[in-house]
Amino acid sequence: MNQVAKDHVVIRFAGDSGDGMQLTGSQFTNSSALTGTDIVTLPDYPSEIRAPAGTIDGVSGFQMQFGSQKVNTPGDYPDALVAMNPAALKANIQDLARDGYVLLDIDAFTERNIDKAGYVENPISRKSLFDKKAYSIPITSQTLEALKDFDIPKKAKERCKNFFTLGILFWIYDLSSDFNIKWLKKKFAKKPIIAEANIKVLKEGMIYAQNSSMFQAQYKIHSAPLEKGTYRNVSGNQATGLGLVTAAERAGLKLFLGSYPITPATEILQEITRHKNFGTKTTQSEDEIGGICSAIGASWAGAFACTTTSGPGLALKSEALGLAVITELPLVIVNVQRGGPSTGLPTKTEQADLLQAMYGRNGEAPMPVIAAKSPADCFHQAIEAGRIALKYMTPVILLTDGYLGNGSEAFKIPKVNDLPDLTVKFRTDKDNYQAYARNPETLAREWVKPGTPGLMNRVGGLEKDFLTGAVSHDPKNHDKMVRIRQEKVDNIANDIQDLEVFGDQEGGEVLVIGWGSTYGSIRNKVQKYREEGKSVSHAHITHINPFPKNTLEVMKKFKKVVIAEMNLGQLDKLIRAKYIIETISLNKIQGKPFTENEIAEVVDELL
Amino acid sequence: MSEKLHTLTKKDYSSGSDVKWCAGCGDFAVLTQVQKVLAEIGRPPEEYAFISGIGCSSRFPYYMGTYGYHTIHGRALAVATGTKTFNPDLSVWVAMGDGDSISIGGNHFIHTIRKNLDIVCIVIDNQIYGLTKGQFSPTSIKGQVTKTSPSGKRSLPMDPVALALGAGVNFVARTIDRRPKQLAEVLHKAYEHKGFSLVHVLQNCIIFNNGAHDDITNKETRDEHSLILVDGEPMIFGKNKDKAIVLEGLNPKVVNRNFVDESQILIHHERAKEPGLALLLASMRAGKFAGSKTVEKFPIPMGVLRNVEEETYDSITTEQVEKSIALKGKGDLQSMLNSGDTWEIN
Ligand code: SF4
Repeated sequence: MNQVAKDHVVIRFAGDSGDGMQLTGSQFTNSSALTGTDIVTLPDYPSEIRAPAGTIDGVSGFQMQFGSQKVNTPGDYPDALVAMNPAALKANIQDLARDGYVLLDIDAFTERNIDKAGYVENPISRKSLFDKKAYSIPITSQTLEALKDFDIPKKAKERCKNFFTLGILFWIYDLSSDFNIKWLKKKFAKKPIIAEANIKVLKEGMIYAQNSSMFQAQYKIHSAPLEKGTYRNVSGNQATGLGLVTAAERAGLKLFLGSYPITPATEILQEITRHKNFGTKTTQSEDEIGGICSAIGASWAGAFACTTTSGPGLALKSEALGLAVITELPLVIVNVQRGGPSTGLPTKTEQADLLQAMYGRNGEAPMPVIAAKSPADCFHQAIEAGRIALKYMTPVILLTDGYLGNGSEAFKIPKVNDLPDLTVKFRTDKDNYQAYARNPETLAREWVKPGTPGLMNRVGGLEKDFLTGAVSHDPKNHDKMVRIRQEKVDNIANDIQDLEVFGDQEGGEVLVIGWGSTYGSIRNKVQKYREEGKSVSHAHITHINPFPKNTLEVMKKFKKVVIAEMNLGQLDKLIRAKYIIETISLNKIQGKPFTENEIAEVVDELL
Repeated sequence: MSEKLHTLTKKDYSSGSDVKWCAGCGDFAVLTQVQKVLAEIGRPPEEYAFISGIGCSSRFPYYMGTYGYHTIHGRALAVATGTKTFNPDLSVWVAMGDGDSISIGGNHFIHTIRKNLDIVCIVIDNQIYGLTKGQFSPTSIKGQVTKTSPSGKRSLPMDPVALALGAGVNFVARTIDRRPKQLAEVLHKAYEHKGFSLVHVLQNCIIFNNGAHDDITNKETRDEHSLILVDGEPMIFGKNKDKAIVLEGLNPKVVNRNFVDESQILIHHERAKEPGLALLLASMRAGKFAGSKTVEKFPIPMGVLRNVEEETYDSITTEQVEKSIALKGKGDLQSMLNSGDTWEIN
């Protein structure tokens, strides 16, 4: 059999939400990651938990890209589409790459299912749909055949069909099934017959692919030149949770998380709840306000306190954010953004909470805002958010989004000792204590834990005296306090990384600026421009409030500045207002990230 | 603090700040009794955290010589949940008004009770919004004329005690600013009780709702209008102790003591396992407070209605942490990061 080497491959698994597509996808991902390819994944859940089986609304998807280079995104157009029923085919076929192929379970293409998917006639017999290559495989019947000697119910046998599909794909991409076999044995340790059945089917799938004359070639994706080290696959939400636990440990503090379940942020609460052996305490509050308020109460008591939410929840938390600002307590607020306004598109991604994060509070209530760029980066930015919060005694908003939260990628596990040291010192010295006296460099006030003898003090949401922290209605004092709270946040610019340019360091034609999860798609496209010799560069902003000090300097070096974001131009507004420069705003608000073509549509015009 | 340097007095629990309530405000009495009781308890002031929301009474923490946090409207209990859960060694006290506790903060009120967080929660109830200068509150009586109900309030009052019992409170007491002795007794008991301890204090707002509780404070009428609960004692009231509470079917009834057999009179058991008796007492709406045509008028029960103990939220949280450590070992960051399916790139 001839093997064809490929740089990268995008596979989308699609089926009924009960078909286990997420599992199949992540099993494939892990097996390919173990061979050293770079990976990025993105699940696509239907918004209804249990939409009727067989319908378009009930289709659940999982897309992954693996490559022998850094892949950055889960890919725009799948090279391979696995469609477990007609609805899955119908919902996804239009995205397939021009030379892509479909792998489908022909057994699921019954009249009833075809009808439920809304096809008038069997799509497989329709020529037009399949100018694309299609492999129609009797996956269900082959699975049942393979298991004919197994004494388990038919339903249980049918459920093994994913592993038949997986077996076929393993063969096509020349992957070993060792990892999955081990995984199945562990997963079904208590039901060895189920493990055996799945293993049998997996192997049969591989044999089927090998023996059938359908597949002319195997594809090989060589390992990527990733940095040396130990890797694991993490989703953004998982990485955020791990990052927060890590930040607490690095600060020598205990983590407290007050949160209320909300899509797509809930997994962070679930992840952190698993790490109680670090002394971590979590509370699932009665509501979003309870989530942040309990975190504020814990922060006041000396915790590294966090709250996690998504846009609508952030709106509910806004009054309490102001309390954290005026009482100058450290707090990390994670907003896993989703489509808005209101309930909006809960399972889809968007970047439209930026202005809310910046300004969504009464009064002058400045707050540092940072954003993660990839699932693994959520880990590092959770630590960065913690660093800023603890060092500057301020609430910090960390923005991620549904795409990052649910998506996953290879995460290079850091050595703990290489991570920043966030050690915190509480004030215990009784002499000359003033509750609002500030560190002259950071402008942070001191943190005193209730329980400390001799330092009893009262804080609250009323304006504070500049020094003593006592309630003060003095107009001059208020003016001074408003300014110093702003100055404290602005000063953080001295303590963050400069804005880096990928591309023309000395300037050039076009600079594309992005923030958050658009990183991958912008970087990929810019890289392609550069390979074509075009003067397009990329600058990714992580710190949004305050901006890196060299932001204007960087932008000025380019003739055109494009700001790409999944909203109607919120970062663009911030940049224009602050720097008074001309920019071009590139927007998409479709609940999914940019494709390279969408970036090209705007940037090509400028070249 | 093995050795006390001096005997703690009320002054040790005062911040020394000027108290800015109106002269004659019932809040003063509560503040005084709380400071007195803390001195009697004798724990050093730094071990207390006083948390409040917004309202006249929520200025409370500023006047205490302890740690204090004056938070935002309705959220005191949510903040306290974080403080106490994170550091169960602190003695956490929440002071709030009727609007703070059961109007804007109603959700936190019922859920903090449900969680059985081990704190003392003092609801200072003057049946009016004082800080915003005179609008009706959820405890204002039906028909009450206020700035926002010039033609009379259109709904019945809600009783924090009944609400708390409905949410499963384990300790609840009602008292009044004008009965300092009972107030102090109840505060002591609330402090000793492990779990959520609600102290409902009827308070007189001299400016915007003066005399709201006259029935139960005036010398001439108070004994007829209040039922002082004593654990293990029959429920008897009236100037001449001539009235008693009996049960008629499922309902309480006021009877002339002389016409019933002593054995028929209800006995108060604050530690009764089931909440039935406490609920019955809470359902007894007093005179003006009832305002409802369907409810019989009763004396208002004062004292501890219920006092039982259950595991607390904060102690279960701590236990779960300890169990997890015992099971998995103390958290090690590197092994946490390296867990799951990993692979090496060489
Ligand atoms: S307005 Fe009423 S409750 Fe407020 S301080 Fe004055 S008397 Fe007390």
